[in-house]
Formats: sequence, C-alpha cells, structure tokens
Amino acid sequence: MKEIPQILIVDDELIVRESLVDWLSESGYESVAVDDGYKAIEKVKSKDWDLLLVDLKMPKMDGIEVMRQVKEISKDIPIVIITGYPTVDTAVQAMKEGAYDYIVKPFNPEEINLVIRNILAHQKLVKENLYLRQELKRRYQFKDIVGKSSKMQDILSLLRTVAKSNSTVLINGESGTGKELIARAIHSTSLRAQGPFVAVSCAALPESLLESELFGHEKGAFTGAVSTRKGKFEMADNGTLFLDEVGDMDIRTQADFLRVLEEREFRRLGGSELIKVDVRVLSATNKNLEKLVEKGEFREDLYYRLNVVAMEVPPLRERREDIPLLIEHFVKKYAIENGKTIKFVDGDALDILIKYDWPGNVRELENTIERAIVVVKKHFIGLEELPTLIKDKASTVAKDAEYSDETLSLQDIEKNHIETILEATEWNIKKAADVLEIDRTTLYNKLKKYKLKRPKG
Amino acid sequence: MLEYSQDKIEETFFCTAKIMDSIEVPKTALNAERKQYLSTSILKAVIRHTPDDTEKIVGITSVDLFVPVLTFIFGQAQLDGKAAVVSIHRLDQKFYGLPEDVDLLGLRLGKEIVHELGHTYGLVHCVDGNCVMHFSNSIMQVDIKEDKFCETCTREITEKL
Repeated sequence: MKEIPQILIVDDELIVRESLVDWLSESGYESVAVDDGYKAIEKVKSKDWDLLLVDLKMPKMDGIEVMRQVKEISKDIPIVIITGYPTVDTAVQAMKEGAYDYIVKPFNPEEINLVIRNILAHQKLVKENLYLRQELKRRYQFKDIVGKSSKMQDILSLLRTVAKSNSTVLINGESGTGKELIARAIHSTSLRAQGPFVAVSCAALPESLLESELFGHEKGAFTGAVSTRKGKFEMADNGTLFLDEVGDMDIRTQADFLRVLEEREFRRLGGSELIKVDVRVLSATNKNLEKLVEKGEFREDLYYRLNVVAMEVPPLRERREDIPLLIEHFVKKYAIENGKTIKFVDGDALDILIKYDWPGNVRELENTIERAIVVVKKHFIGLEELPTLIKDKASTVAKDAEYSDETLSLQDIEKNHIETILEATEWNIKKAADVLEIDRTTLYNKLKKYKLKRPKG
Repeated sequence: MLEYSQDKIEETFFCTAKIMDSIEVPKTALNAERKQYLSTSILKAVIRHTPDDTEKIVGITSVDLFVPVLTFIFGQAQLDGKAAVVSIHRLDQKFYGLPEDVDLLGLRLGKEIVHELGHTYGLVHCVDGNCVMHFSNSIMQVDIKEDKFCETCTREITEKL
C-alpha cells in the first residue's frame, strides 16, 4: 500500500491555509494546517512530517524562528518558507538557516508542484538510504557470531540448514546469548535475504499496543490512531518477522497471531480490508515455553507452530573456550570504533575473564570489553580496566579452585591457562590448539613440559 | 462548445448531462488587484444553483480563476463532493496570443471538465502523465494528457459510478 506524504502548513491567514489544504488533497497529499508557530512545534513533536510549508511573516513567531525550533527537534525535516512579501534579505536568511526552498505567494502551480515533488522524492531516498545503512550494519553483525566450540559449530551447522527452508524456528537461550543475531543470520542466509528483517519485542509492549504493532491500525481505530499505520507483519512481507521474548505474548494476542500464522492473512485494527502476507516467522525466548504451556499461559497449538525447528543457544559459561575468541573479536571491533590501538588483553585479565560466569552472557562480555577499551590508556587491557564485580566474582572461583595468580610465574600462568582451555574443550586437542592459536605439536610439547594429563574417567 | 462538453460528460460518466441556464459570476469574486476571480466564490455560487435531483454539477466560465496561494487555476472541484468549476480563459489560444482554435478549445475544455468531475468522485491527481487526472500546471501539460482515465483511475471511477 502506498504511503501518503504528510505535509504541515503553518500560516496565519485562514484563506491560505484552506486553499493549500484543498489543493494538496486534490494532489493526493495529506495535510494539516495550523495558524502559528507554537502549534506547529507541538505538531512536529507529536508525529513525523515529510514537509513543512511555513509562512515567513506571522504575528506570534516568524517563519525563521519556527524553522530554527523545528530543526532543533528534527533537523532533517525539509522546510519551505513561503511569503507574500519577498525580499532578497529574507530569502538569503531563510536559505542560510536551512530552508529547503523559498517561494513567493501566490505560487505558480508548476513551481510549487515541482518543489513538493522534488522534496518528497529526496525524502524517500533519504529514508531508503537510512534503512539500507542500518540493514547493512546489522548484516555485518553476522560476523559477530563467534565461536569455535562444538556447541556453536553445531548451532551454525543447523542455522545453515534451516536458513534454506521456510520453517518457523524457535530460538531458546538465556538473555544476552545472541538469539537475535542467530535470527538475523538465518534471514540473511535465506532466500528471503533481499526482503526486510523486522524485529519486534513482545516484552516491551503492553497487550493493546502489541496487537497494533503486529497488525497495524486504520486511522481512528482507537484514541491516538491519528493516521493509518502498517503493522510489523505487513512491513515484513516477503521477508522475516522476528518475535523476541515470545513467551511474554498475552493469551489474546497469541490467538490472533496463531490465526495469522495459519491463514497468512489479517486485517488491520479497525480495518475491513484483508491483507495477505508472505512472512517467515522466527521467534526467541529465554523462558521455558513447555512449562508455560503446562501452566496454561501459552497456547499449546501456537507452541507447536513456532517450534517446528528448535535451536538452543548455549550460555557463555558452557562454552568458555569461545571466550578468548570473543574477547579478541570485541577488542578489534571497539578499538576501531574508539580509534585506539589495543594489542592484547594481558594474562591476568584474560584469566579473570575466562573464569567469570557471565550471567549476562555474550552481551555482558561485549559491554565489559567496550568499557575497558573506552577507559584504557595503555596499549593492552589489564586487570585495572575490568569492573571490580567481575574481578571479585572470578577470584572467588579462583580461590575455590585453590588458585592464586599473585604468586604465579609466567610458566605457571601458561600451564594454568592451557589446563583451563583443555577442560573447557573436554580435552579435545584440536579444539584446544585452535583456541590457543598454536599448532597441535606445540600443544603436545607443552603438555609434556607441564606434565599435563587427561583426567581419568 | 457546450454541446461538445455535454457529449464528453455523457460518454465518460455514462450519464445524462443537461445544460442549465447561465448564472452571474458573483461580483465579490473579483480581485481587482490580481484582475482575477476567486474560484471558491464562483464554486459556492454554482453549489447554490444546483437543482436537488442533480448528482454532479460543473460550472463553465470565461473569467480567469485563482485561489489565494496559486497564480491561476484551470478549475476547482469539491473533492468527493458535488460541484466543480472550469475556466476557459487560459484554455483559449487567444490568451497566448495565438489565432482562435475552437476545436482545440473544446478538446481542452473536455479534459478539464472530466478532470474536475473526477475530483468530485474522489479521484486525486494521477502520476500517469497521459491520464486525464494528471495535474496540469500549464497549457502544454493539458495538451499532452489524454481526455480519458488511465487503467487505475478507470478502475477507481467505475467503482464509484
């Protein structure tokens, strides 16, 4: 469905407002007219506009001041200054202050039509450009799925297989494990990669808003529905809809959602037109949906619909061998972002980071590294750049293991580190060598040197 | 000229069109400074003279029309309403200093009448440059467009007729 451009007119003369609104509606635009700058600023705060036509001479606030204040709220709204009293000075001032154009009343129909069409075409390109940049940025994050552990390799292998199908996928995992990244990776390796990827968090919205968010609404469907709006389902047409925290969806919305999944068609709230969509649904949760089904809080039929393919993203503490790789990845990423040269994370800090349990998973690790890079003044990250909480908790683990790094030599640290990685990889020599970034022969030599042996049983 | 317009309306909108007696252009419509007539005032006069059993009405005038924000207009209509007004002033070759051409004037008038009546059926300006609902900024654009609806506008108008 074509979106109707929204134009705001600010002019103190009633006849100008009326004739502009009439003329714009004949031309297929939706416009609203207000008679002073204060009202215009309120309108700009309340919704997005594609264009503002602002009269230069108005009693309460002149057009230039309206433009200044509007630009403070939203610097990208194109503004055309209109005036019945043109002077070179005001034209120059208007353009300097950022007006898109300056036109004289009465307008030549050809001129005003061309100005509006050019602005709207430009706005469309700006919006498309912004969307594509965001998508490009997000697609690059596919490389953020880092992990050589067997659990992550299994996930990536399953991901490649399911990406080719059209099945719904339910991604389970604790907060911060990267469920959305997995969903984005499925989308960007699927046949729908050229279509949109639309994410919606079921936890972030109350029941009434979630319905409108998913299915859209018609103008006037409820208080506050000032214009027709597409829902996420419609926006995801020919692409993928990702429902995060699906376990938080209320029972009523679950019923509507199930119906749309089955019939692939729906009506906007307050609308009568049946809208057909071709959407692949991926969902994620950190809750145990089976238990919610048992308790009657989640529909069993919807659960089976969503759970055609299940993927379990392991918590970081269950794939500690990936921690050094993730650290390396985030160090590179944030060093570039912050314009710093960070060469490594020193042994002590690395030890703490590997031992810590990471309840917030990869997201917590990423935030920790980002923070460390922001505060670090050296070319490496040491203990002092790590938050006290992490150091305290990790050293508790260390004490439990009767291990104190304060008295250890470099060789002891190396020995301990190799031992940690071997335990984490369940003594898989190839994997451990990969994590340590040494070849297997070197690892065998070090095992011999440090008299490390695989524990029996 | 009027008979040609009558035929054009009947064949386009599948209806019976009647030519009414002429009415006076309201004196208040004249803007002496602009030497033009306020289209909205004339449109109101047309509405006042509309018989009850009339579905749509279009006034045809020889005066130059304007609305306050535009330098001139060829015509004006009530969007999704009943009445419209069209001026032949700028459709006439004589306005451009050229010899009179009655056939061309009839053709142009027919296009503008269909265009304005299209608005009264709720149609807005069409992006198709050949469609009669395409917005005409100049006489050249009136001449470029055809005197009938494009496929999309035909579908839309058929639903409303």
